[in-house]
Amino acid sequence: MNFNATLIGQTITFILFVWFCMKFVWPPIMNALETRKKQIADGLAAGDRGKHELELAAKKASENLREAKSQAGEVIAQAEKRAAQIVEEAKSAAKEEGDRQIAAAQATIDQEANRAREGLREQVAALAVAGAEKILRREVNAQTHADLLGQLKAEL
Amino acid sequence: MATEYASSGEYIKHHLQNLTYGQHADGTWGIAHGAAEAKAMGFWAINVDSMLFSIGLGVLFLFFFRMAAKKATVGVPSGLQNFVEWIIEFIDHSVRGSFSPKNAMVAPLALTVFVWVFLMNAMDLLPVDWLPYVAGMAGVPYLKVVPTTDPNVTFGLALSVFALVLFYSVKMKGSGGFFAELAFQPFQSKNPILKYLVFMPINLLLEGVSLIAKPISLALRLFGNMYAGEMIFILIALMFGGGWLLALFGGALQWAWAVFHILIITLQAFIFMTLTIVYLDMAHAEHH
Repeated sequence: MNFNATLIGQTITFILFVWFCMKFVWPPIMNALETRKKQIADGLAAGDRGKHELELAAKKASENLREAKSQAGEVIAQAEKRAAQIVEEAKSAAKEEGDRQIAAAQATIDQEANRAREGLREQVAALAVAGAEKILRREVNAQTHADLLGQLKAEL
Repeated sequence: MATEYASSGEYIKHHLQNLTYGQHADGTWGIAHGAAEAKAMGFWAINVDSMLFSIGLGVLFLFFFRMAAKKATVGVPSGLQNFVEWIIEFIDHSVRGSFSPKNAMVAPLALTVFVWVFLMNAMDLLPVDWLPYVAGMAGVPYLKVVPTTDPNVTFGLALSVFALVLFYSVKMKGSGGFFAELAFQPFQSKNPILKYLVFMPINLLLEGVSLIAKPISLALRLFGNMYAGEMIFILIALMFGGGWLLALFGGALQWAWAVFHILIITLQAFIFMTLTIVYLDMAHAEHH
């Protein structure tokens, strides 16, 4: 082995290379690696968070759906109740109206019957008077015998 | 190509000779021809090939990594960025695994060590004659293309790491703490005579040796592995000069050894990096 100044040259070269590497090579690459590592970690965390949020949203959606369903059921039940009520009301109103009309018809019938009876009574009275005239062969003074005729009318 | 040389021995020697530039014995400056001349130049000579290839590979590494760092985005990474990120995450993981204190320098240091050493080792996979042959045609007499087969390179790295170990040992524990770590363990005693007169020298010797062994083993492990691997490639290359049958066999061997060597170059780069991290961790940690 023959040692010479190459030893010193190598040492200087080595120091310069290490210095350069330490100054210009290692930090930027390490920096990029670290930053990328952090970004990937952040991305994974964000993914997890997104998944969690999705789960929460799904839970909330199903809750909302269930609530909506129960509300809809309530509304339908109320509507049915109301419909039944309306039908009942309509029935009773119709019954009342019918009763009322029947009563009115009855009144009209009674009135007509009374009127017919009055007419008949008058005619009978007239016929009775005419019959009496014929029987007495004389004129009955309507005015003088009005009391009598009235009495007769009332009796008929 | 071994036929161009007088003997196999000379071929091997030629391939193991660095392109050394320095002052000759007669006072002129130039390239050493042969190991003896290179040795005669003493310390103030430089292995031009080792320097060129190591700097070239280091610049290549930093160029591509800087390009990726400049365009680094947080979004979907492009091909180059993806590759660079893969290596950086691997290094970061290794550093986090064996280095507990906080120090912004250790991870870039580990990255530089790993990639640079890997690239220098990977030069071993080029067939041993290609670049020296081209260089020879260009008039360059010697060329050793694998910088990590030059002990200057591995010791340069290991001694830099060792300097950091000493620096952080003193910085973290103080010079007194560092000395105590070397002097008062593994043998401990409450008796001051025993503690200072008997155990302290023994402890200093033991711990001193284990401390010095760190950079030496670090450098020699890498150098030895790469040197041996290179040597086997050279020996296999010798077969190409021995007739077409032997050349065919040599080709198959070279392919097999290169495949196996992919493991070795990666492993050695990884070991060098891991030990660097571990030594620095030990320098930061309080001993008990």
